[in-house]
Amino acid sequence: MGASQTRSEHKHQHLADETGFSLEQVKNLHKRFQQLSGNEETIRELLDSVPALANNPIRKQIIEAFFDKRNQHHDEVGTCEEIGFEQFLMVMSHFRPPTLKTTVEEKEAMRREKLRFLFNMHDTDNDGTITLAEYRKVVEELLSKSGDIGQEAAKAIADAAMLEVASTNVPHMAPEDFYEGITFEHFEQILKGLEMETRMHIRFLDVGTTTMACGKSTS
Amino acid sequence: DGVTAFPDAEKANMPVFTMDYPRIQIPFEITMWVLLASFAKIGFHVYKKITVWVPESCLLITIGLIVGGIMHSVHEEPPAVLTSNVFFLYMLPPIVLDSGYFMPTRPFFENIGTVLWFAVVGTLWNSIGIGMSLFAICQIEAFGVQDINLQENLLFATIISAVDPVAVLSVFEDVSVNEQLYIVVFGECLFNDAVTVVLYNMFNFVAEMPVVEPVDVFLGVARFFVVGLGGMGFGILFGFTAAFTTRFTSKVREIEPLFIFMYSYLAYLVAELFAISSIMAIVTCALTMKYYVEENVSQRSCTTIRHVVKMLGCISETLIFFFLGVVTITTAHEWNWGYILFTLLFAFVWRGLGVLVLTQIINPFRTIPFNMKDQFGLAYGGLRGAISFALVFTLPDSIGRKQLFITATIAVILFTVFLQGISIRPLIEFINVRRTNRNLDTINVEVHCRLMEHTMAGIEDLCGQWSHFYWKDKFMKFNNRILRKILIRDNRAESSIVALYKKLELQNAMEILDTVSGDISAAPSIESLYEDKKSSKPKKKFLAPDLKNMHDILSKNMYKIRQRTVAYTNKHALPNESQSREILIRRHASIRRSLRPGSFQSSVSGQRSHCGRYRLEVLHDQETMSETAYPSRRSRFGQPSRSSSRAMMPLRRLDTLTEVHSVDMVDESSGSGGGTSRTNAGDPHTPVPTKVSRPMTPETGIAKRKRRSGLRPHLLQAGPWNPETTQHGTLCSGGLSGTRRCESVPGLFERTLQGLYNTTTCSYHPKTR
Repeated sequence: MGASQTRSEHKHQHLADETGFSLEQVKNLHKRFQQLSGNEETIRELLDSVPALANNPIRKQIIEAFFDKRNQHHDEVGTCEEIGFEQFLMVMSHFRPPTLKTTVEEKEAMRREKLRFLFNMHDTDNDGTITLAEYRKVVEELLSKSGDIGQEAAKAIADAAMLEVASTNVPHMAPEDFYEGITFEHFEQILKGLEMETRMHIRFLDVGTTTMACGKSTS
Repeated sequence: DGVTAFPDAEKANMPVFTMDYPRIQIPFEITMWVLLASFAKIGFHVYKKITVWVPESCLLITIGLIVGGIMHSVHEEPPAVLTSNVFFLYMLPPIVLDSGYFMPTRPFFENIGTVLWFAVVGTLWNSIGIGMSLFAICQIEAFGVQDINLQENLLFATIISAVDPVAVLSVFEDVSVNEQLYIVVFGECLFNDAVTVVLYNMFNFVAEMPVVEPVDVFLGVARFFVVGLGGMGFGILFGFTAAFTTRFTSKVREIEPLFIFMYSYLAYLVAELFAISSIMAIVTCALTMKYYVEENVSQRSCTTIRHVVKMLGCISETLIFFFLGVVTITTAHEWNWGYILFTLLFAFVWRGLGVLVLTQIINPFRTIPFNMKDQFGLAYGGLRGAISFALVFTLPDSIGRKQLFITATIAVILFTVFLQGISIRPLIEFINVRRTNRNLDTINVEVHCRLMEHTMAGIEDLCGQWSHFYWKDKFMKFNNRILRKILIRDNRAESSIVALYKKLELQNAMEILDTVSGDISAAPSIESLYEDKKSSKPKKKFLAPDLKNMHDILSKNMYKIRQRTVAYTNKHALPNESQSREILIRRHASIRRSLRPGSFQSSVSGQRSHCGRYRLEVLHDQETMSETAYPSRRSRFGQPSRSSSRAMMPLRRLDTLTEVHSVDMVDESSGSGGGTSRTNAGDPHTPVPTKVSRPMTPETGIAKRKRRSGLRPHLLQAGPWNPETTQHGTLCSGGLSGTRRCESVPGLFERTLQGLYNTTTCSYHPKTR
């Protein structure tokens, strides 16, 4: 018992260093992971274990993001069947907030990381561009809970958005060109004004969250 | 002055010319003062350079000083404006309403903890700190102010430490600091009123008492909660009432704006009645009301409301600063070097210390901590202004050194406004405080903001940890399910993306009108369109070949998404919608001119989507075309070849945002040569002839309001054009509204057009002007 305890401590420390979380946060997330996985090593199915996600319009994309290998920073593509704690943590690390100590380069890197995460959510076929179809799908999902918007509206909005990207990034398209899809650079470009690194983050608690987490898992 | 009556019984002749000044004196003087202040404002902008470096508040005070000097030399008394009631009941509410109404809500709620922290604790800290230090100074005999006791010092300190929204905003506006900083300072100003009111009343009460007991302190705390929460409660109550009222005002559109003003003012007055924080009441009222009211009222009422709010706020502010200057000269001063200088010093020092300490405490709770530069901005931006001034005038006369206090307050105000106001801009630029990118309100940004928020809410659920996204989500659900149903007339749960989309479409429509003429020659002809379709370019990314066409066409008519300024915009300007109207009017004229009967060719059949029964209107806003040219054109478009239209016209405009159906479109599409109609070929905005609910007669045809024509983002959809299946069109139009029925209430576009056009061609609302 003692040995495995220190082993997991080492592992946690290692993970903490790798992902940038603090040891406390890693431990908390580990507890949560164990709840979600039912105390097993890996998770296969996330949807059912978190009922609160049912109200989220893009829950599928979020769950898929966990199983997406591209978010693991190992330069792999494809999807995993199951994820272990390390992968879980890796995905969570995308949502770390910058601290006072983060340097400008680190902030830039964080920004790209977060943008990449969002990009991967769009780009489901992993060809490096977000095509119109993919964008449409995301918009449809986004609007699916906001009342009876309808597919047509979602399509129109997606079209408009694509057009925006086209017009801002490729200002002089000749009549024969067509805009294939949003590349990562274009994506960065259009979301330049959005202070990603300061807006896309979650406050990971340092204190023990067992009580809250318990409540969540039984709800 | 008046007609002098001769006491003798001589028969007085009919006076030809009489003057009765006293009768009109008060309104006349008010008008003159307002005009004078406004002229001053006009005058500033003559020299552009001045307003860059010197904030308007300083200039106004200077002018006030000059006028005050003039008045003093002719021994005139200025109107008692900055004293008590007139200020608090008439001049302050418009300013606060202005601030509250245009407050950017999303950043505000994200930072609300910090705002309240600084407002409450910060003000307390400042008051007590300054009060104590001044009391210590008073003990020094050399200054000769030993008669001021602790309570009076604390009272004075409370007045001095109130950061003033008027002064701060007018200075901070021009320096576009980052949003966090702006919101915190802004919020702090507005909400520290609660604390100031409580402390002021408490110390006022206490100053007259010989002994202070601990019970009183405890009561003071309790009173604070009553004041603060009561203010907010009243505000919310009146806000919801206003929203609810506007639900029923569709028949009385002319007086819609009135409700907004009356309810906010009522909130203010009722709060004053109970001596709770009236500023908080009116701000909360405005915040609550705005969201629901702007959906219920007509577009014109909305514009009117915004205009009037801005106007009143502007005038009040101008007058306040102006009178600050005037009264400075004309009051009797009591100067005491030591006391005043130390007041200045302490005000500055304690604010700086306060910001430092408070930020240290709250930074860990903030996700974007304030760095040192932000803190400097926070501390330096604490300007005092007219509220302090008015408060000091309302000090009871039982306080012996009231004149000294008045002088000291004026000194502090002038010092902060002038020195800090003028220097804040170069300093902020020098130390390079984080600036903001005034957000590009593009569809992409909005979509991704939403995406981000949902993702984060989802991840939070996964983590089992909640933060404000969770609450925001909950609130939005509550809002959609319950509040909107009660408070909004046509309740369609509309996502912000869709709302933004509508707005942007409208703007694009305007812009297109403007750019259309320039791009006519660049648009492709029908022939080339045809060829494109036949060409076999690899189109691997798109769903259908036609989508590629659409993009070509669209990209040709290049447009830039106009950078929209959000509500967090220049204080002295409205969110810019006025341009659109001018564009429309200009276009109106030029379109009429360019429409000539001979300009259309029948080779345009490809554009025709209906077999002659419907006409596609090329131009985006019908009304412009409506009156003149149609009848002559009708005969032209006799029989489009249906087959060709099917084959060549896979493009159908997606008319997703229309809610009203009967649309009559006049087809002006022409070949490659025509005038404005030209653009139709290259223009994806060929309006989809949606279901026409009545037969087209020339009159109704003209009279019909146009659907969303000419909106770029409406890409043309691939699909066989089937005149019978106009249900498609209906689907589109119904889709957005969420209700698939024909509504008689015009949609957003309609109302906007009604508002902007002022035409009488609409047969829907004859009364709407």
